[in-house]
Amino acid sequence: MSAPSPHGAIIDRVKLVRMKPGHGDQLLAEGDPELEDEERELIETFRRQLEQGLWAAVPTLEATGRREAVMVRHFDQVPRDADRVIFFPPAAGG
Amino acid sequence: MTALWISLTIVLGVLLYFAFLPLPAWLRSIIGRVARPGAGDRAALRIGRRLSVEELEAERKAEQLMVSVVGPEGLDAYRALGFLHAFGDAEDDGQPGYGYLIYPHRPIVSFDARSGRLLNELCVQFPDRDSDGGERLPDADDALAKWLAINGDELALLAEANIRPVGNQIDPEQARRDLVRLEEWTADPSGDSADGGLAAAQ
Repeated sequence: MSAPSPHGAIIDRVKLVRMKPGHGDQLLAEGDPELEDEERELIETFRRQLEQGLWAAVPTLEATGRREAVMVRHFDQVPRDADRVIFFPPAAGG
Repeated sequence: MTALWISLTIVLGVLLYFAFLPLPAWLRSIIGRVARPGAGDRAALRIGRRLSVEELEAERKAEQLMVSVVGPEGLDAYRALGFLHAFGDAEDDGQPGYGYLIYPHRPIVSFDARSGRLLNELCVQFPDRDSDGGERLPDADDALAKWLAINGDELALLAEANIRPVGNQIDPEQARRDLVRLEEWTADPSGDSADGGLAAAQ
């Protein structure tokens, strides 16, 4: 069962991507969180990235058209209509 | 002997051309970009840094990710201005009180959105200690990571950043020029005059 986004689109697959030096972003996993096997793989991949200390953000598009983002620390915090989660290295003072 | 005279004539002709005639447009464009750091920083940087094929491919991918997050208008602004921007939440009057200039691999600059006064530099990096491709993210990824962190959890980013007065790493005059360029861009990205400005940029 796919979740409708606030804008009417049906999002049924989630991509987990990671920013990588020298590469641009890399696809870590992709799947339908409504399917048990695929959800398990998504959760496992998500957990590994967080254990490595990476930060995870989900881009969002508000009803006003404003583009925003939410940071997530658990897979169940990922909005149901999200189409991807972006992992990147944690911030450090420069 | 004839060849020598021909060579001397060609050299003399070129010297006279540059001495008395206007430079060709393509040459003026390159000189202008290098001489005006505020207008086309990224192009000037690319000329200076000479990215490898792999780095260019990484930048291309990073810009694809950026456009999927900030949208085509955001990417256009990034390419034209050399930085992303973000604003704090709207206050009682509906306008944001402050905003950020988000430079790749340079400190973020916060500013008062009403007065345009520069506030602070937020010195922050995203070093990837585990990557085999070095620690440095592509420019577009670095700017996007800052944008995501500011929009997603501003306090977490502020907690990690070293906050200093503007002028520590960023030239205040350049930041002021960038604010003006941002205001002009958000008023009308095509360059035509219209209402808009920073408040409309959020």
